[in-house]
Amino acid sequence: MKDNKKSSLLRSLSIGLAVLAVFVIYAYGFEVTKVNLEELRSEQRQTSLVRVTRALSQPDFFEYEQESQIVNAMVYVTCPADGSIPQVETPETTEPYITVSPVCAKAGEIVIVEGYNFAPNAKGPVRFVPGSDPTNLVELGNDVGQTNAEGYFKVEVKLPNRPSDEAQFIRATIRKNVGAPKFTQTAKDTWNKIIETVFLALLATTLGTILAIPLSFMAARNLMKPVRSPLASISLSTLGWPLGFAMGVYLVKWVSNFATPYTTNIVINLLSVVLIPIILSYVVRWALPQDNLSSTTLQVRLIRLAVLLIGVLIGFFGLYQLSGLIMNLGSGMAKTLGSLAFLGRFFIQLGDILKVSIPVIAALAAGGVLSNLLGKIGQRASEKLNISTVRILNLVSAALAGAVIFGLLGWLVEWLYQLGRPELTFWTPVIVGAVAGLLLALFTKPKDTLPIGLVIYTITRTILNTLRSVEALVMAIVFVIAVGIGPFAGVMALGLHTIVSLAKLYSEQVESIMAGPLEAITATGANRLQTIIYAVVPQIIPPYISYTMYRWDINVRMSTIIGFVGGGGIGFLLQQNINLLNYRAASAQMIAIAVVVSLMDYLSSVMREKVV
Amino acid sequence: MLQVKNLTKIYDGGFKALDNISFEVPKGQFLAVIGLSGSGKSTLLRCINRLIDPTAGEIFWDGDNVTAATPEELRRIRRKIGMVFQHFNLVHRSKVLTNVLAGRLGYVNPAWSLINRFPKEDTEKALKQLERVGIADKAYHRADELSGGQQQRVGIARALMQDPNMILADEPVASLDPVLAHSIMKHLEEINKNDGVTVLCSLHFLDLVHKYADRVVALNQGKIVFEGLPNEIDDQKFKDIYGRDAERVG
Repeated sequence: MKDNKKSSLLRSLSIGLAVLAVFVIYAYGFEVTKVNLEELRSEQRQTSLVRVTRALSQPDFFEYEQESQIVNAMVYVTCPADGSIPQVETPETTEPYITVSPVCAKAGEIVIVEGYNFAPNAKGPVRFVPGSDPTNLVELGNDVGQTNAEGYFKVEVKLPNRPSDEAQFIRATIRKNVGAPKFTQTAKDTWNKIIETVFLALLATTLGTILAIPLSFMAARNLMKPVRSPLASISLSTLGWPLGFAMGVYLVKWVSNFATPYTTNIVINLLSVVLIPIILSYVVRWALPQDNLSSTTLQVRLIRLAVLLIGVLIGFFGLYQLSGLIMNLGSGMAKTLGSLAFLGRFFIQLGDILKVSIPVIAALAAGGVLSNLLGKIGQRASEKLNISTVRILNLVSAALAGAVIFGLLGWLVEWLYQLGRPELTFWTPVIVGAVAGLLLALFTKPKDTLPIGLVIYTITRTILNTLRSVEALVMAIVFVIAVGIGPFAGVMALGLHTIVSLAKLYSEQVESIMAGPLEAITATGANRLQTIIYAVVPQIIPPYISYTMYRWDINVRMSTIIGFVGGGGIGFLLQQNINLLNYRAASAQMIAIAVVVSLMDYLSSVMREKVV
Repeated sequence: MLQVKNLTKIYDGGFKALDNISFEVPKGQFLAVIGLSGSGKSTLLRCINRLIDPTAGEIFWDGDNVTAATPEELRRIRRKIGMVFQHFNLVHRSKVLTNVLAGRLGYVNPAWSLINRFPKEDTEKALKQLERVGIADKAYHRADELSGGQQQRVGIARALMQDPNMILADEPVASLDPVLAHSIMKHLEEINKNDGVTVLCSLHFLDLVHKYADRVVALNQGKIVFEGLPNEIDDQKFKDIYGRDAERVG
C-alpha cells in the first residue's frame, strides 16, 4: 500500500516535470521562431496585408479594351483673398462634365465632385492635378469615381496642400470596357509555363522510373542476400566491368567511324533499318537456339559467340543508321510542316539522343557481358581446379581487382581535387588496393563463397540514402551550373531525385513480395534472372505503377517551385512576379499551379484505380 | 535412387531442424514423411533440392552428389526434381499457362525465356499437362482466379513440365478439404504409378498415408523415429511419433 502511494507520487512528479519540460521547449521554440503578434497588429502591416490579399484575389487573367473619358474642372485651393468666388457655369450639354462644389476651399478641406453624362457603370480615378496646366500628367490623391446607370457619380475629394493663386484642376478619368474580354499577357505566359512544368515533370518521372527499376533490385535484401560467389569469380567480374567498358567504347567508335558517312543518305538509312533487323533475327535464331538441352561442343559455342559478336556490330551499325534516318526525317518534317514543326524537332532530338546513347549502351552492355563471362570463368575455375591453383588464382585476381578499384577511385580523387601528385593519387591507391585484395585472398579459404550480394546491397543502399537526403532544389542548383538555366536542368535534378527515391520505395516492395513463388521458380532449376522475371516482376507491377504515379504527382508539385533556382517551369515566373510586387500576376500563377496539381491528383487516382 | 546420409541442418539461430538423418528411397517409390509440425519435414524436403543448404551430410540422387553440386550442376539436378507446395506458390498475377510453362525454365534458353518466349512444343505440352490434371479450360485465366484445389493442380502440372523423375510434395493437401485432398493425392499416385516418378510426400493424416504411401519415414524433433510400412504404425509407434498425449483421429 505504502509502496503504491510512493510510486503514484513519483509518477505525478514525473508527469509534472514532463509538462514543465514541454512548456520550456515550446517557450524556446516561440523565442527562436520570433512569434510576434504585435507586429501583426501594426497598422502598416495590416494595410499591406489588405493590399496584397486584394491583389491576390484578382488574378490577372482577363482584360478589356478600355476607352477613357477625361474631363477637367477648375478648383481654387484657398479662395482668392478678395473674397470673390469665381463663377463656374454649368454647361448644357450631353458631353461628360464634372462640377466641383464649392469651387474654392482651403487645403485639407473636402470638396464634392459630381460627374454627369459619363459611361454608365464605369469607374476611374478622380484626382487633383497640381499646377495650372490642365494637361499636367501628375495627379494626387486616391479617390475613385463609380458611375451609376445614368452615368452620374459623386465623390468627396480632400484637397491636398498645394495652395496657389491660380486655378488648378480636378480631373476625372472614367474608363469603360469595350468589346469582349481578352486573355492578358500574364495569362498567356502562365499557360506556356504551366505546360512546360507538366512536361518537365513527365520527363523527369520517365527518366527516373527507367533507371530506378534495375537499382531497386540491387537494393532489395531478399534478392541480394543469397547471391554468393567465390573470390576468383568476384574479382574477375570486377575486372570485367572497366575492361568491357573500354572495349565497348572502342568497338562502337570503330563502328561509328565506319557508319557516320552513310547516315546522311536516306536510302542507305532505309535499307539498313529494314534489312539489318531481318539479318539479326536470323543470326539470333541460329546463335541462340530456343532449346538449351542439346549440349554443344566448345567449337560450335565459340563460332556462335563470334557470329553473335559480328551480329552485335552490325546491330550497332543499324542503330547509327536508325538515328540518321530519324534525324533526316525530322529535319524534313521541320522544314515542311509549318506550325507542326515541333514534331520534326522532336524527331531530330530523338535521333540525337539515340546517337549519344549508343556508346553508353555499348559500354554498359560490353561491361556487363564481359564481367558476366569472366565471373563464370572464375566460378568454373574455382570449382574444377585443385585448391592450391585456386589459391594462386584468388591471390592474383583479387590483387588485380583491388588495384583496379582503388586506382579508379584515386583517379576520381585526382580529377576532383587536381592534386597533381601521381604518387599519391595513383601509386598509393593501386598498392593499397592490391594489398587489400591479397589480404582478402589470404584470409578466405580458396573454395569458399563470399556474400557479394550483401556487399552490393549495402553499397547501393548507402548511395541511395545519401543522394535521397539531398533535396531536389539543391540538385537543381548544381544542374543549373552543369547544363545552364532552363527546364532541362530541372528535368535532370528532378530525374535524379526520382531515381533515388523511387529505387528505395521500389526495393521495399521487392522485399515485401511473397517468398513462395520465388521458392517454386527456383526449384524448377531457373537461373537468377529467370527467377526475377517470373516470380518477382509479376508481383511488383501494381505497386510499381502506383508509386510511379505518386512520384509524378510529387514531380509536378516540385517542378512548380524548381524554377525558383533557375530550373525552368512556372516557378521562375512566380518568383519574378512576387519580387516585382506584381501580386495580381503571381495570383494567376498560383491558381494555375493549384489547378494543375489538383487535376494531377484526380487523374492519377483515376488511373491507379484503372490499372491496379 | 535417393540416398540421404547423415543429414544435419542447424539454422542460423542454432535451432537443430535435422539431426543426423539417413535413409534411402528406391526408384519409383511413394514415400510418406510424417511427423508433428516443426519436426523437420519441410526442411528435409527442401534440403533434397537444396532450397535450403544442409549444414552437414550428403545427398545422392541418381548417382549425382546434390550437396556438392556447383550452382550450374544444381540447376541441372533441380530441373529433374518437381516440387509441389502446401500453399501452391503460384504467381498470382500470371496466367495459368505461364505458371505451368515456368516448369520449363531450367530447360529453355534463358535469353528467350526472359521475353516470355517458349518453344511451341513446350506450350503444347503445357496444355496437355493441364488437360491431364483436368483444368485445360482454365489455361488463360489468371492464377488467383482459381480455387485452392485448382491451384494445386496447376502446381502439379508445373512440376510435370519438368519431366521429373522425382517429385517433392510438401504437405500438398494440408490447405484443402478432404475430398479435394483425395483427388490431389490420386493425381500424385497416378504420376507415381504410370510414369514411375519417385514421390516424397509429407503428410499429416494417417488415412492418406495408409491409402497412398508405399513406405513411411517419421520424424520427431529432427530425428527419424520410425521407418517402415504404413500398416506397421501401431498405437505404440504412433505415440513415439506424435508424443504421449496424441490421439488418433484418422
